[in-house]
Amino acid sequence: MSNTTPAPQKKPAASRRRFELDERLKSYKGVLVFIEHERDTVHPVSWELLGEGRKLADMLGVELAGVVMGAPGDTTRSFCQEAFRYGADLCYLVEDPILSDYRNEPYTRGLTELVNKFEPEILLLGATTLGRDLAGSVATTLATGLTADCTELNIDPENRSLAATRPTFGGSLLCTIQTLNYRPQMATVRPRVMQMPEPEDGRSGRIVEHPLAVVETDIITKVLEFIPDDKRDEAQLAYADIIVSGGRGLKRPENFQLIWDLAEVLGAEVGATRPVVQAGWLTTDRQVGQTGKTVRPKLYIAAGISGAIQHRVGMEASDVIVAINEDPNAPIFDFATYGIVGNAMQILPALTEAFRTHLATAKKAG
Amino acid sequence: MHIVVCIKQVPDSAQIRVHPVTNTIMRQGVPAIVNPYDLYALEEALRLKDRYGGRVTALCMGPSQADAALRKALSFGADEAILVSDRAFAGSDTLATSFALASAIRQIDKDMHVDLVFAGKQTIDGDTAQVGPGIAKRLDMQLLTYVEKIESLDLETREIVVQRRSEGGVQVLKTGIPALVTVLEGVNEMRFATMPDMFRAARYPLKIWDKDAAGIEDITRVGLKGSPTIVAKVFAPQAKSQKAEMVENQNASPTDLAATLLAKMFTRFPQVEKEIFKRAG
Ligand SMILES: Cc1cc2nc3c(=O)[nH]c(=O)nc-3n(C[C@H](O)[C@H](O)[C@H](O)COP(=O)(O)OP(=O)(O)OC[C@H]3O[C@@H](n4cnc5c(N)ncnc54)[C@H](O)[C@@H]3O)c2cc1C
Repeated sequence: MSNTTPAPQKKPAASRRRFELDERLKSYKGVLVFIEHERDTVHPVSWELLGEGRKLADMLGVELAGVVMGAPGDTTRSFCQEAFRYGADLCYLVEDPILSDYRNEPYTRGLTELVNKFEPEILLLGATTLGRDLAGSVATTLATGLTADCTELNIDPENRSLAATRPTFGGSLLCTIQTLNYRPQMATVRPRVMQMPEPEDGRSGRIVEHPLAVVETDIITKVLEFIPDDKRDEAQLAYADIIVSGGRGLKRPENFQLIWDLAEVLGAEVGATRPVVQAGWLTTDRQVGQTGKTVRPKLYIAAGISGAIQHRVGMEASDVIVAINEDPNAPIFDFATYGIVGNAMQILPALTEAFRTHLATAKKAG
Repeated sequence: MHIVVCIKQVPDSAQIRVHPVTNTIMRQGVPAIVNPYDLYALEEALRLKDRYGGRVTALCMGPSQADAALRKALSFGADEAILVSDRAFAGSDTLATSFALASAIRQIDKDMHVDLVFAGKQTIDGDTAQVGPGIAKRLDMQLLTYVEKIESLDLETREIVVQRRSEGGVQVLKTGIPALVTVLEGVNEMRFATMPDMFRAARYPLKIWDKDAAGIEDITRVGLKGSPTIVAKVFAPQAKSQKAEMVENQNASPTDLAATLLAKMFTRFPQVEKEIFKRAG
């Protein structure tokens, strides 16, 4: 019983349901992207969303806006400027000391007020821990539709509504979801699912300031401390350009050394499938897939990985996929770029050696 | 202290098959399980009960078969179990689901004041992570999502301190109760059911609440009517047309295969070679 549990026995709902946008909601115009930042850095998913938002805004012939919320200062303003470079026409700026760290209550109130005042027809957020926390709260407060973890966003030409496609049932099916009778139409998108747009230097836009009508004493939740992650930071996997991943086919945790060796030569990150993580061979932040990270590297090497749909959805956007598997019928060969049928324990060291030699020779040649 | 734990019965999506022609889920024979993330929430609630005493009520919205999920919760040690089940709920999206569950929690609260509501971080069939925040907003409770650890709970001052996962680290948050907590996977390990609890679970007279018992006066806020989102289309992911180019040679050694791969790959994708050089500095 959720928006993603399709009921196959029913007739397709959207086409039969009457599309009647309330008079009050007809004034809603424009695409709004929530610019997420923490510890003085914007989460790259926000720029990815601006790239996607730009396409939607152009299709609709409306403006693309960003919203930056945070403590007053130069940083928030510089984030607005950056948003312009990534395609925003304007940026709402909500500044207040209360917003210095993310807390659900003041952010929900601020974003809800902003939506009620400026009436965007589409509101996009990253499907991060912050974005999902905020999106769920804002959608409930606004009593509007929210579609999680979309992999594709489009405009339905028939009714100019947002058509948001997302995986369901752990990735075995896709469904397209629409919010026809409510505004804004909200969606979240995971990091790395959409392409990073090329920033355009010199591009600018207008900043629209909006106050936050909340006082600290109204806010019950307090941030006592922030413990940053250590070096083996999770975000590195999502934004890695080369990833070497291992699956259950490696048989024993010791064999993962072969993965680390290859990764070292390539300057790559190490990833894994769920069973490997569940067996405790690697930490959770290295899991690639539906319930792990979505990755988009230039090269993804998969050793001893079957290519189950839940893993596939997290890595199939990689530019080049090299699969090593002993089973010539493994599903991963159906979508990899290159396949090697063989024992990973023999192929991996050979690959490490081949890359090492290649690099050394090239270096010598200058 | 009274904790309500929201649990959902879901199809074991590892075993789901999609009908090749009609693109519908073939549910026959697919076992129904308790959403695995919710078990972490249940265990966390039971641990708090072990420490502070009180009551744990398991709450599930779903069809009548979902009673199995609640009996499972009982067998682990939940004190009470309530199934919210009504045809009026069919087709509920996350907004409507959170409305129905929040109404039921309000009813439960009348019987014994609810201090905390626990839920899993998301379900494995929907994956939305939206129902928890939705319930919290409707009940005007403090919301704590992606909680890795409950540091302390003070029933006197009615304060809770938790560690919450955020993108770049962990936030330590202090807030007031009542609060809704969604629990991250792996925070604990589910206990084993005990024999006496298993017997009790089997015989337990489950409470089944229809929309009236759950306190839902306005049925336009649940089910399809109360759901702003509409499933317009369901389809199978497009199969990538091209299969992998196999790197093979009769009786080739791993070294030969590796060399062949590099040659093929660097010719067709020079950017990959460039990327590797960039790193090697
Ligand atoms: C709700 C849900 C969410 C999930 N989320 C994820 C997720 O996020 N990420 C994820 O990865 N999985 C996820 N899964 C699990 C997924 O369904 C698969 O079970 C998993 O991806 C399989 O991992 P694997 O390929 O490592 O293992 P296996 O399926 O066991 O495959 C091992 C492969 O290794 C090959 N092999 C064996 N020995 C060798 C050898 N010596 N050399 C070379 N090859 C060898 C075998 O031929 C086989 O193809 C999820 C499942 C569910 C139900």
